[in-house]
Amino acid sequence: MKLTISPRQLLLIEVLFWIIIAATYFIFPDRLVLITQILIAGLFAVSLDIALGYAGILTVGHAAFFGAGAYLAGLLAKYGWGEPFSALGLALIVCGVLGYLLSYLVVKGAELTRLMITIGICVMLYELANRFSSVTGGADGLQGVVIDPLFGLFEFDLWGKVGFIYTLSIVLLVFLGVRLMLKSPFGLALKGIHDNPRRMRAIGSPVDARLRTAYCFSAAIAGVAGALLAQNTQFVGLEMIGFNRSAEILIVLILGGTGRLYGGIIGAILYMCVHEFFADLNPQFWMFWLGIFLIVIVMVGRGGVLGGLARIVRIKETR
Amino acid sequence: MGIVIFDGLAYGMLLFLIGVGLSITLGLMNFVNLAHGAFAMVGGYAAALTMVHWQFPFPAALLAGFIAGALTGACLERLFFCRLYRSHPLDHVLLSIGIVFVFVSGATWIFGPTMQAFTPPTWLRGQTRLFGLDVGTYRLFLIIVGACVLALLLLLINKTRFGAMIRASVDNQRVANALGVKVERLFFLTFSLGCGLAGLGGALGLGMLGLDPTFPLKYMIYFLIVVCVGGAGTIMGPFVAAMLVGIVDIAGKYYIPQTGAFLIYVFMIVILLVRPRGLIPKRG
Repeated sequence: MKLTISPRQLLLIEVLFWIIIAATYFIFPDRLVLITQILIAGLFAVSLDIALGYAGILTVGHAAFFGAGAYLAGLLAKYGWGEPFSALGLALIVCGVLGYLLSYLVVKGAELTRLMITIGICVMLYELANRFSSVTGGADGLQGVVIDPLFGLFEFDLWGKVGFIYTLSIVLLVFLGVRLMLKSPFGLALKGIHDNPRRMRAIGSPVDARLRTAYCFSAAIAGVAGALLAQNTQFVGLEMIGFNRSAEILIVLILGGTGRLYGGIIGAILYMCVHEFFADLNPQFWMFWLGIFLIVIVMVGRGGVLGGLARIVRIKETR
Repeated sequence: MGIVIFDGLAYGMLLFLIGVGLSITLGLMNFVNLAHGAFAMVGGYAAALTMVHWQFPFPAALLAGFIAGALTGACLERLFFCRLYRSHPLDHVLLSIGIVFVFVSGATWIFGPTMQAFTPPTWLRGQTRLFGLDVGTYRLFLIIVGACVLALLLLLINKTRFGAMIRASVDNQRVANALGVKVERLFFLTFSLGCGLAGLGGALGLGMLGLDPTFPLKYMIYFLIVVCVGGAGTIMGPFVAAMLVGIVDIAGKYYIPQTGAFLIYVFMIVILLVRPRGLIPKRG
């Protein structure tokens, strides 16, 4: 027997979800830095979901855009442009343009070619950041990033209070934008392409152009997530751009469930909390269990937390 | 100039040995396997163990590398891969990343994070004079082994019944199956053979690439480039691609060291732009 909930109740749950996240400000005041990181990882995973879950573009190189956004925000702040909002906007635009240009490479190939090009671009940018160490700091990371106070009033503090409120508002704003986009005709077209590209082509939908736009969106949002992380930690490291970060965010998304709006955020909450819990352990140990987890999840069938929930709960269709 | 090309060829031979199995499995089963480097690593460690701990001669170590790679591949194929041939490529990617993680952390656990020490046997040390060039003997040995393996593989694929079955299955799996080819068993055998060759490559790579637990991640992109650029499902495709990649990479490191691995990625993307299905795509 499935539990049935109406769309209105679903909306209520959504609002409640965000209220709970906002309330963590009061519940866990000493864990705000972690919660901020969870929100950023969640946004990054949502951006990957647009490309992977909705558009169905197999990519293991999404950290390229995350890292590009982070380095952009970090470099801007280091060389005197510390105003956070405009830097975010710039990261959005630059990564969006980068994503759109690269989408011509990514969309045209077969599955393997797509995978290779996304990984290739990711490791290429990594190598670029590694080699231009005079600009990016190379393996030592970009230091000396100073972010101006928000609106010239609220300085980023050590406990992450300002950072949390700033991040939460931006993440919520971008998330609402994504939600709106996915419910629009464009989002429905993406869903159709994901399920059956041939039929979509047959009914006259410009499949490639839709995929390119989706990839561009996804890249832009990943850039914002990266810029947010750079501004919050006031540091940019090489690990923000490499293959491992791409694989990690893929795991986060799979954990939550692909092709579902909240999959990325739920996955980020679970993943980061478990990671934090086991933080004292040997990193090799962590990697080992992560690998086991991946193998198990593929063997028992992926779908993540939300996929599991969807088996229990049914949302009543509106006519 | 000559020495750069020679070293590039030796390096390319290693990439070919490790990558050719990946090309066949990819062409045969459309299985996106990011874990192929893990089999090479297993072969490398097996060879290092037989040589350093049990004092066996180098050829025995190479054989051990091949067998270890093939056995590991066979076990994993039966356990995991064979269940997923019809799944979405995302499942392949996730499974193989999981396997890489387990192998990398497992190797660190057992062997420690340091580079494996390796001294080639005396008959492979020093240099040999060849066409007026002083070339490394070990590298010459690599090229000879690689050429032999290439010749054997070509014979196997083009002249034997087994090879004909592989070619038929690559071209059209369903028809091959209908004609009585046991495609599943064929998958298993070719997968194990490919992993064995990767193990051999890993063992031979001890003297050139080195071996530490991050090997599968560090070189993953190289094997994939070889397969992608060459075109999956063939023998000659990855061979040509491996030679090109080897020469471009060594030449890049030799003449413009500040670019690092950058050159090779640009090379891959340019080739994929011009020929999205690889240099020598499979028919059909």
